[in-house]
Amino acid sequence: MASSPAVSVPAPGVVLGRAGGALARGIAVCYLSLIVLVPLAALIWSSRSQGIQSFWDEVTKPEALAALKLTLGAALLVAAFNAVTGTAIAWVLVRDSFRGKGFFNAVIDLPFALPTIVAGLVLLELYGPNSPFGVDVAFQRTGLVLALLFVTLPFVVRAVQPVLLELDREMEEAAESLGAGRIAVFRRIVFPNLLPAILSGVALAFARAVGEFGAVVLISGNVPFKTEVSSVYIAGQIESDNPAGAAAVSVVLLLISLGVLLLIGAFRHWRTRHDR
Amino acid sequence: MIARYSLRFGALGYLAFLLLVPVGLVFYRTFEHGFQPAWDAVTNPQALHALWLTLLIAAIAVPANTLFGVVLAIALVRHRFPGRGLVNAIVDLPLALSPVVVGFSLYLLYGTGGWLGGLSDHGIKILFALPGMTLATIFVSLPFVVREVVPVLREIGTDQEQAAETLGAAPFTTFRRITLPAIRWAVCYGVVLTTARVIGEFGAVSIVSGRIEGKTETLPLYVQSQFEGFNTTGAFAASVVLALIALATVLAMRMFRPREGVG
Repeated sequence: MASSPAVSVPAPGVVLGRAGGALARGIAVCYLSLIVLVPLAALIWSSRSQGIQSFWDEVTKPEALAALKLTLGAALLVAAFNAVTGTAIAWVLVRDSFRGKGFFNAVIDLPFALPTIVAGLVLLELYGPNSPFGVDVAFQRTGLVLALLFVTLPFVVRAVQPVLLELDREMEEAAESLGAGRIAVFRRIVFPNLLPAILSGVALAFARAVGEFGAVVLISGNVPFKTEVSSVYIAGQIESDNPAGAAAVSVVLLLISLGVLLLIGAFRHWRTRHDR
Repeated sequence: MIARYSLRFGALGYLAFLLLVPVGLVFYRTFEHGFQPAWDAVTNPQALHALWLTLLIAAIAVPANTLFGVVLAIALVRHRFPGRGLVNAIVDLPLALSPVVVGFSLYLLYGTGGWLGGLSDHGIKILFALPGMTLATIFVSLPFVVREVVPVLREIGTDQEQAAETLGAAPFTTFRRITLPAIRWAVCYGVVLTTARVIGEFGAVSIVSGRIEGKTETLPLYVQSQFEGFNTTGAFAASVVLALIALATVLAMRMFRPREGVG
């Protein structure tokens, strides 16, 4: 029984054999449990043991709620902005040709590689009180959004780029030869093909923006009700010794992350169905 | 034509304004008073200890996530077992979860009154010490090797592995001679991504480390403490060290990226 490559259904385990396979599974599950599951279970347990009422009270405290609203609002804004700019950048990097394209392509990965606290520090220096351009957005929501745009930049670009590269140009050429304008070609041919990739990238960018801490902690100034996001609120609650408050908001963030992952799984499913 | 140029300059201008100018500024601000103050700022004992601690954590977290990442990828692609979908989802979770939540979960687990809080009574100090910081770092950098290796394993299929088995190769020999050479570039790329994440980790480590100067302070934490202590030269000099590591990472990513992203 020869199995064809690139099929998602795995053939019976050959690597490591049957006993080795069980061992690999065992190790994998133990490692994941030890590193990821047990700590998260401790988090859920600790917020659960406070009782539902106290959990709800902590989440709906005015300061916690304001932080949560700001976090979600900023993350939505940043994700939507990335959908447009990320697609545009991917388009320029794939379809356009100019000197230094390789350089700009490499630069996209910078926010993945640069430590978030360094990103926060330079953005504060550049667009804060000492700004050489005279732009001061520090301790304002604009500064917060700017920091989030920096750290989330690669997600949509890197999700769209490979799909755009593999997109069949013949479809576009056929549409053009039939008299479709450039905008019509993009809207009717290119965009529908890119949409699942754009949405996965946007979802990852959204999740990242919801949880970001290092890049925003300096430039946002963490003013309650104004620029304090949930992750900073959690850190503050830990420092002021209110673990119940920190746990409640943490559980909300955990649920948001799980929801986003479910969505990405659905987009992935959608994309593979499109391929067939 | 105009549309093409405006799109090009719009996209590149956005990149320059958001990415290049800020990173250039780190270098400018660090060396604006000459090389010596910057050098002194990164060679003082506290900074050196922070750098050493960062590298030590990387030396534990990166090999751990590489080894277990490959095992996890093989288990996910080559074996069917109940809960495989769940395992798949959990592997992605660190990508989508706030590092502060990660740090706080460890804080609850190993802190006073936590399930494993009793360990500290037996002299095993996890929180506010190296083990806790390492565990937090491993958590946040867990997905990278797995996510790079899984698609490659899927693409190469099992024909060669089965052939090797038919010819009498032991399972481990099959892995060493067939599977490993096929996935080695994906593993390298995953290692580069893991290293970048490990060196720069801030949120999770800042919660579990207790930020004790000269003891549990990694380089990113040092940047923050220096900046908040109004030693901007120190903060920027340490940032340059981190930015140089980031640039090296980007270069390594270019080398190992399986397929060039430029058409």
